[in-house]
Amino acid sequence: MDDLLSEFLTETAESLDVIDTELVRFESQPEDKATLNNIFRLVHTIKGTCGFIGLPRLESIAHAGETLLGKFRDGALPVTPDAVSLVLASIDRIKSILAHLAAEQVEPPGDDRDLIAELERASEGGLSAVAPPPPKPAPVTVVAPEPPEGEGRWDADQGRFLRPGEVSLADLEAAFNDTEGPPPVEAKPAAASVASFAAMPDHEDEKKSAVGASTIRVNVDVLESLMTMVSELVLTRNQLLQILRHSTDSEFKAPLQRLSGVTAELQECVMKTRMQPIGSAWKKLPRIVRDASNDLHKKIDLVMEGEATELDRQVLELIKDPLTHMIRNSCDHGVETIEQRLAAGKSENGTIKLRAYHQGGHILIEVSDDGAGLHTDRIRSKAIEKGVIDIAESMAMTDAQIHRLIFAPGFSTAAKVTNISGRGVGMDVVKTNVELIGGTIDLRSRHGHGTTFIIKIPLTLAIISALIVGVEDHRFALPQLSVLELVRAGKRFEHKIELINSTRVLRLRDHLLPLVALSDCLNLMVDEDRGDRSACIVIMQVGELRFGLIVDEVFDTEEIVVKPLAKRLGAMSEYSGATILGDGSVIMILDPNGVSRSVANVERSVNRLLDEQSRAAAAAAAKASQHKVSLLLFAAGGSEPRACPLSLVTRLEDLDASTIEMTSRGPVVQYRGRLMPLAPAGGSIRHEGRQPVLVFSQGSVVVGLAVDAILDIVEENLDIQLGAQSPGVLGTAVLKGKSTEIIDVGHFLTQAEPSWASAAIESDPRANRKRVLLIESHPFFRNLLAPMVSAAGYDVTVAEGLEEARARLAAGATFDVVLTDADSPIENVAGAQVIPLSSRRDAEAVPKSDRYALLDAIQRALRSGEAA
Amino acid sequence: MSIREYVTFRIGEQLFGLSVTEIHDVFRPARMTPVPLSNPEIAGVLNLRGRIVTAIDARSRLGLPARGKTDNVQSLAIGVEHGGESFGMVIDEIGDVVRLDDAEMEQNPVNLDATWSVVSRGVYRLDNRLLVIMDIDQMLAGAGQGNAAAAA
Repeated sequence: MDDLLSEFLTETAESLDVIDTELVRFESQPEDKATLNNIFRLVHTIKGTCGFIGLPRLESIAHAGETLLGKFRDGALPVTPDAVSLVLASIDRIKSILAHLAAEQVEPPGDDRDLIAELERASEGGLSAVAPPPPKPAPVTVVAPEPPEGEGRWDADQGRFLRPGEVSLADLEAAFNDTEGPPPVEAKPAAASVASFAAMPDHEDEKKSAVGASTIRVNVDVLESLMTMVSELVLTRNQLLQILRHSTDSEFKAPLQRLSGVTAELQECVMKTRMQPIGSAWKKLPRIVRDASNDLHKKIDLVMEGEATELDRQVLELIKDPLTHMIRNSCDHGVETIEQRLAAGKSENGTIKLRAYHQGGHILIEVSDDGAGLHTDRIRSKAIEKGVIDIAESMAMTDAQIHRLIFAPGFSTAAKVTNISGRGVGMDVVKTNVELIGGTIDLRSRHGHGTTFIIKIPLTLAIISALIVGVEDHRFALPQLSVLELVRAGKRFEHKIELINSTRVLRLRDHLLPLVALSDCLNLMVDEDRGDRSACIVIMQVGELRFGLIVDEVFDTEEIVVKPLAKRLGAMSEYSGATILGDGSVIMILDPNGVSRSVANVERSVNRLLDEQSRAAAAAAAKASQHKVSLLLFAAGGSEPRACPLSLVTRLEDLDASTIEMTSRGPVVQYRGRLMPLAPAGGSIRHEGRQPVLVFSQGSVVVGLAVDAILDIVEENLDIQLGAQSPGVLGTAVLKGKSTEIIDVGHFLTQAEPSWASAAIESDPRANRKRVLLIESHPFFRNLLAPMVSAAGYDVTVAEGLEEARARLAAGATFDVVLTDADSPIENVAGAQVIPLSSRRDAEAVPKSDRYALLDAIQRALRSGEAA
Repeated sequence: MSIREYVTFRIGEQLFGLSVTEIHDVFRPARMTPVPLSNPEIAGVLNLRGRIVTAIDARSRLGLPARGKTDNVQSLAIGVEHGGESFGMVIDEIGDVVRLDDAEMEQNPVNLDATWSVVSRGVYRLDNRLLVIMDIDQMLAGAGQGNAAAAA
């Protein structure tokens, strides 16, 4: 390709990237003159260069765009999103022409009259509400032949039709003559203009030109080959050092030392040339977010942190596309629509945050949004529907595991396919790409609070630290990145390899790790004679999977220069490359991801065996709604053990019986700075020794249940076989082969603390508060009862008399309970339980002065209402 | 009339020829590292003056029986470039350079084995034996297809 053209293409592509970002910034800060000037200058440069090397299409678009931008700059036009979109559209057109230019070296056929007309219309104020009067067209001196429809105007001076956006010479001259003379500043003597240049406020430009002088453009190929040669140099040096180690001849020692030092420095410098700030991969993102938010009618802010974080340009290239995809995903699925956000009590504007930082030889990139978070149930059902997992598996998975299913191939949760994302290629492609460069990806999601993706990638791909391991006669390199620790196992060692159904596992601290032999992974012939020798186990972590790799020997760690595999071998997932060791031999670099794949099968079978319990639970859950319940067994009076669901118990305490005090309301104990009422769960409360107590709490109410002894915790299918024989017992179930009374915890607790049940309502914000209508003509009782009932967790509506109550009911108000004076009975209210109250002690009605009786009555009424 | 120079070499009992322009060097493969799980045609990888070279076992590629252990000492490799990568083709013996006229090359006999007819450009009748001109691109590329087929 023509040198001039290729230079132009590189330069223009860079400028366009800058323009994209700047325009988006400009749109939000229209008053920022510096940004606008920068955009204007860049577009102007593109136009100028196009004219210079003869690219008419590009030139005319750039020209029209420049005109519009000029109007912005002069303040003649307000900056509107539509106008900015138009400029962005013309940038896109320029890009597509450039792409064609790069491929074919000529401008594509066709014209851009549509776009230019739009741009011209906009610059004449066609798009804005406050349009300035259109400029008067200069008189055309020569009568031109009628131009064909759609063609530019005829220019007599040039003897051809004007190109779109071009101005005829005559117009130009007329405009020139109309313009006032040059401003006096240009007429100043040269010395003065130099002085004024130095005094110019635009320091940015100065800084840039200073930088410009100290940087040069270097072809990437040159850098690549430089890197290759330095890698060779490093290897050669390593070889020399190894030779020297065995020789006593010190003649070479000093020069070699020097060579070694220089090589290391050179390596570092060359590595530096390959480093680029990650910000350069983010340049396109503001534009993408802007366009996406326009398309989706959302308001999204993109916050970028750590743009200056540097990483190898090879890695940078590879991470660009996955990042773009993830940002799109966050726009589409992460951030909610404006309505949803407002409904959730969030601000209109969603925020997507991109953050990069270094951590121990890696770069971490976080993409987080403050959207709705992942929808666990939707992912679960989608995964089942797509056959990624089955129902039994899904029941045994934690939320985090379910969330990770979005990385599974062929998975896309978007309910509707938009043009932003959801085209079938989803997060699995992102994951594959990240893994391809030795990275990992993980996510955190909180329902209602957003999702964060964390990508961890190595700083560079060229030189990595690797552990050299040996199996039989083979040696392999394992990237240190995924090695957690080394364990020796065998007869003489603390650890040993155990078998579950001929699958090897290792007990390591609290974990049972699946093991796989490298020789099996690679189908190596194993010498059976050495079967019971001790083995080295390399504990590795790949993504979420942790496993042990059995090898014969572990040599040392070495900085290795990764060489790509021949295409022929590249298709093998087990290897990620090859390298030359210090001794000159070639060894293969194992790909932890590839190895883990062969482990996955092993792990699954191990898990099958290990998770007998959860699998049974899952199967049971799938079969029926029968659940295993953890039950607390205790002795409390009688010969039979009693039990209650463990999940209800807040704490188990063993109190000193002498601290239990008797009050008029029953036994209480000082517990955590307050009085806790106690109830006996069948037996009696001790007066000396120790008293085991089950502590229950609901909201602010804490109640203790005194038992004789705490026996056990069992997990059983709760199958209550006999109905209740006595109050406080739900029924009898067989637990651990013994018939056990399942107690009604509520019964005992309400005995000790009557506000228990209402506290239950209060403490549960999700439960609909029951609506109570209080009809009370007497202001004294009205003021006494309304706050009391309300404090117990009910939604109280007060009516001063029957008329008002009927009016409210007629207006469509519904209530669960109606409290009314026994002297003014109200006729049947649909769906509500009517409780008559009395200010006298009366057998029929509930006394108004008895708070507990009243709340109890409401409780009972509600229960019978639900039963009805 | 155009005369070309061919380097001759022996694989098994057959004499082959490759144009001198296609051969980078001839070397004795040392410290070859086998690649487990790879296609049997891949003899391994080795370090040739700082470059990692993929060695192709020509016998295996041509469907010939593997070399006996005793012959191993004699093995040589021809260094070639293919698709920007370095390969070493392990052969049994290197021969002379011969000058041959393009016009004298004869087409593959129709009954030639399929694998062979792909890698053979044509045949020369030398004085006492036949010389098969090898298509090195097919020889190297074809092995990859074999790999894919084996994987499938």
